[in-house]
Amino acid sequence: MDLRLPSKVLEHILSFVDSNEDRNSVSLVCKSWFETERRTRKRVIVRNCYAVTPEAVARRFPEMRSLTLKGKPHFADYNLVPDGWGGYAWPWIEAMAEKCPSLEELRLKRMVVTDECLEKIAASFKDFKVLVLTSCEGFSTDGLAAIAVACSNLRELELRECIVEDLGGDWLSYFPETLTSLVSLDFSCLDSEVKLSDLERLVSRSPNLKSLKLNRAVSLDALGSLLRLAPQLVELGTGSFSDKLDQEAVSKLSQAFSEMKELKSLSGLWDVLPEYIPLLYSVCPGLTSLNLSYATVQMPDLLELLTRCSNLQKLWVMDLIEDKGLEVVASSCKELRELRVFPSGAEGLNDTNVAMTEQGLVSVSEGCPNLESVLYFCVQFTNAAMVTIARNRPNLKCFRLCVMEPFAPDHKTQKPLDEGFKAIVERCKDLQRLSVSGLLTDKAFEYIGTHGKKLRMLSIAFAGDSDLMLHHLLSGCESLNKLEIRDCPFGDTALVANAAKLETMRSLWMSSCCVSFGACKLLSQKMPKLNVEVIDEHPLETRPDSSPVERIYIYRTLAGPRLDMPEFVWTIQKNPEIGVSHLAIK
Amino acid sequence: MISELEMGKAESELELGLGLSLGGGTAAKIGKPGGGGAWGERGRLLTAKDFPSVGSKRAADSASHAGASPPRSSQVVGWPPIGSHRMNSLAAKSAREEEEAGKKKVKDDEPKDVNKKVQVGFIKVNMDGVAIGRKVDLNAHSSYENLAQTLEDMFFRGNPGTIGLTGQFTKPLRLLDGSSEFVLTYEDKEGDWMLVGDVPWRMFITSVKRLRVMKTSEANGLAARHQESNERQRK
Repeated sequence: MDLRLPSKVLEHILSFVDSNEDRNSVSLVCKSWFETERRTRKRVIVRNCYAVTPEAVARRFPEMRSLTLKGKPHFADYNLVPDGWGGYAWPWIEAMAEKCPSLEELRLKRMVVTDECLEKIAASFKDFKVLVLTSCEGFSTDGLAAIAVACSNLRELELRECIVEDLGGDWLSYFPETLTSLVSLDFSCLDSEVKLSDLERLVSRSPNLKSLKLNRAVSLDALGSLLRLAPQLVELGTGSFSDKLDQEAVSKLSQAFSEMKELKSLSGLWDVLPEYIPLLYSVCPGLTSLNLSYATVQMPDLLELLTRCSNLQKLWVMDLIEDKGLEVVASSCKELRELRVFPSGAEGLNDTNVAMTEQGLVSVSEGCPNLESVLYFCVQFTNAAMVTIARNRPNLKCFRLCVMEPFAPDHKTQKPLDEGFKAIVERCKDLQRLSVSGLLTDKAFEYIGTHGKKLRMLSIAFAGDSDLMLHHLLSGCESLNKLEIRDCPFGDTALVANAAKLETMRSLWMSSCCVSFGACKLLSQKMPKLNVEVIDEHPLETRPDSSPVERIYIYRTLAGPRLDMPEFVWTIQKNPEIGVSHLAIK
Repeated sequence: MISELEMGKAESELELGLGLSLGGGTAAKIGKPGGGGAWGERGRLLTAKDFPSVGSKRAADSASHAGASPPRSSQVVGWPPIGSHRMNSLAAKSAREEEEAGKKKVKDDEPKDVNKKVQVGFIKVNMDGVAIGRKVDLNAHSSYENLAQTLEDMFFRGNPGTIGLTGQFTKPLRLLDGSSEFVLTYEDKEGDWMLVGDVPWRMFITSVKRLRVMKTSEANGLAARHQESNERQRK
C-alpha cells in the first residue's frame, strides 16, 4: 500500500509554507518531500554568495522567482575589505538568465554589480519586477537607464547606500510613458539632479506608488509638486530641505503634507532648516519610522518633532538629540522598538562636557517597553548604565554599543565594561546580535560565552587580553553564526581548538589579530568544508608559519575554493608551499 | 619553504579541536607571533602607521611598556564603524557648514541665534601671504591638535577641514611645536595677540576672537607681548 502523500497534495500544502526556515526543514524529511519542496520554492535566499554555486542553486530551484544574495563580509562597510576582494553578481545573473528566465526579483547586498550585469538583467528576465541593491558598487547611472528602459513591468527600483558612478540624471528619463506599475523608487544615494518634469510625469502615471525616496538634489520646491501628485505615499524620503521658499510656497507645502494620510515612514531631510520643521508636524502622529540620521535637526527643534510622534516604532537620529531629547523620546514614543543613534561629529572625543551620554539610552530603556533593537554611538559609558538597561529591557534582541574611544573604561569607575555586558547577556535571554566596545578583559567574553546562548552575530573590536577570549566565545555561544573581530590579541590556539565550530557558522572574520599563517594552513588542510581566505595586501616575500596574517575570512561552503580570487587573497588551494600567490587565479 | 618537519611541529603544538574543547590556560604554551604580553601584542597590532600624527616616538613607547595611551579614535582605519556613505555625508556637511558660515558672516551685525550650534563656534582664520581668509568651527574641534590639523588641511593642502572622522591624517603636526616656518596665534577678547596653546582648550575657545597663521619670524615679538599682557592682568 502506498502511504505516500500524492505530490499534488503535498504541493498544495507547501504553498502555504512561506518561511524558508520551515521549507528547509520540509526538505529534510525524505526524498519526495525534498523534490516537491524544491520544485515549488519561489523565494531563494543565499546569505553568502560563495557558500554555493549559482548553477547548483538554479538547478535545485527551477521555479525561482525571487533571489536574494549577500556578498562581502559586514566589515566591508568600514573599509576593512580591500577593493577587488570579490562578491561579483555577474556569475549569478548569467546563470539565472540561462536557467531561470522567469526570475522577477533580485535583491543584492554588498556585491559588485556592473553595468553589464544590469544590462543582462534588462535583457534576460521578461517579467522583471524588483531590483533592490544595498551597499553595492561597480555600476553607473547608465546601467540604471538600461533597467528603466527595458523592464516594462518594473515595480521596485531601490538603491540603498550604493556607490554609483554618477554620469548625470538622464537615467530617470528612460522610464517609458507606458510604465505605470511603479510601487517603489529609491535613488537617495545618487548625486546628480534628475529632470523634474520627467520625475513628475513618472509619479503621476504611477497610481500604485507607495514609496518614493528622493536624492538630495531634489529641491524643497520640487518636493511640493511631487507630494501633490502622490498623496498616497506610505514612505517618503525627501530631498534637500533648505531652499528659501516664499510664504505661498511654504503654505502649499504644508497643505501637501497634511494631505498625506497614509504616510508611515519619513527620511531624507538633508540640511533641514529649523523654520521648516513645523511643516512636518501634520504627518508626525502617523509615523512609525523616522530617519533623521542625515538631517541636521538639533535641539530644541527635535523636541517639537518627537513629542508629536506618538506611534513611532523606529527612530534613527544623530547624537544631536542629546540626553534631553532621548528623555522626550522615552516619554512620547511608547511604541518604540528600534533606536539608532549615530555620531554627528559634534561630540568632541576629549570633551568633558558632552551632551549625550549613557543616560540618554537609560531613559529610553525605562520609558519604551517594546524596545528591542539598539545601535548607540557615544563617547562614554558606564557599567551601571548597562546593568540598568538590562534590568529594564530583558526583551532586547539586538544591542550594539559603540563607545567611540577604543579601550575606554567606565568613565565613572575607570573599570572595564565587563560587568555591564555581563548584565546584558545574562538578562536579555533572547539576545541575537551584540556589538561590544570600550575596555574589556577576557572576563567579558567568559560571560558572553556562558550566557549568550541565543547569540547569532557578535562584533568585537579592540578588546580582550588573550586567546582565552576567543575560546570562550567559540565554545560557549551555541547559536553563533557570524563572528567578526578586529584588533584583538587572538591567536591560533582558540581558533584551531574550536575548528569544528567553524563549520556550524556562516562566517568568521578576523583582522589585525594574531593569527599565524601556519594556523591558516592547518585549518585549511583539516577542514575541507571551509574556505579559509588569507587577505593580505602586504604579504611577505616568504611566509614562515609563524608570520601573522593581516586578515582572515573563514566561511563554510559547498562550492569549494572560489575561482575569482584577486592576488592578495590566499587560500591553500592556490599555492600551498610558497604561500604567496604571484598569479591571480581568473 | 615549509619543511615537513616544521608542519609536523606546528601540528603537535596546535591541537586541532574536532569537537573536543580545550582547557583554559594553553595560551601561554604556544609561541604566538609578535611576542607575549597583552600590551605587547596590542602595541604590535597598532603600529606607528596607525598613529601618523604623533610620530614614531609614541609607537615605540607603546610597544615597550603597558599604560601607553590608546589610539585616538580618529586615527584608525574603519573606526568608528560608520558606513562610508555616512562618513562622506558628515565630512561634506562639515565643509558646507564652513562655507555657509563664511557667506553668512559677510552680512555683518546679524544677531546670533543661540540655538544654531553651527554659527556660534565659527571664527575667522587668516594666514600671512594668503589673501582670502577662511572660517573654522571651534565647536567642531576638541583640542589644539584637532584645530591645528584642520588648519593645516585648509591652508597647506587645500582640502576643507574635516573633523577627524575620515582618518586620513598623514602628516605630523607642525603648527603647534614651533618647528615649521609658521605659528598659530590668536586675538583674544581684549584685543591681545597670543600664541595658541598656552591656556587649557576650554578657556581658549571662550576667549578667542580670531586666528592668524603667522610667520614664525614675525611671531618672535609675541612671547614678549604675551608676558606683558599677563603682567598687566596681574596688576
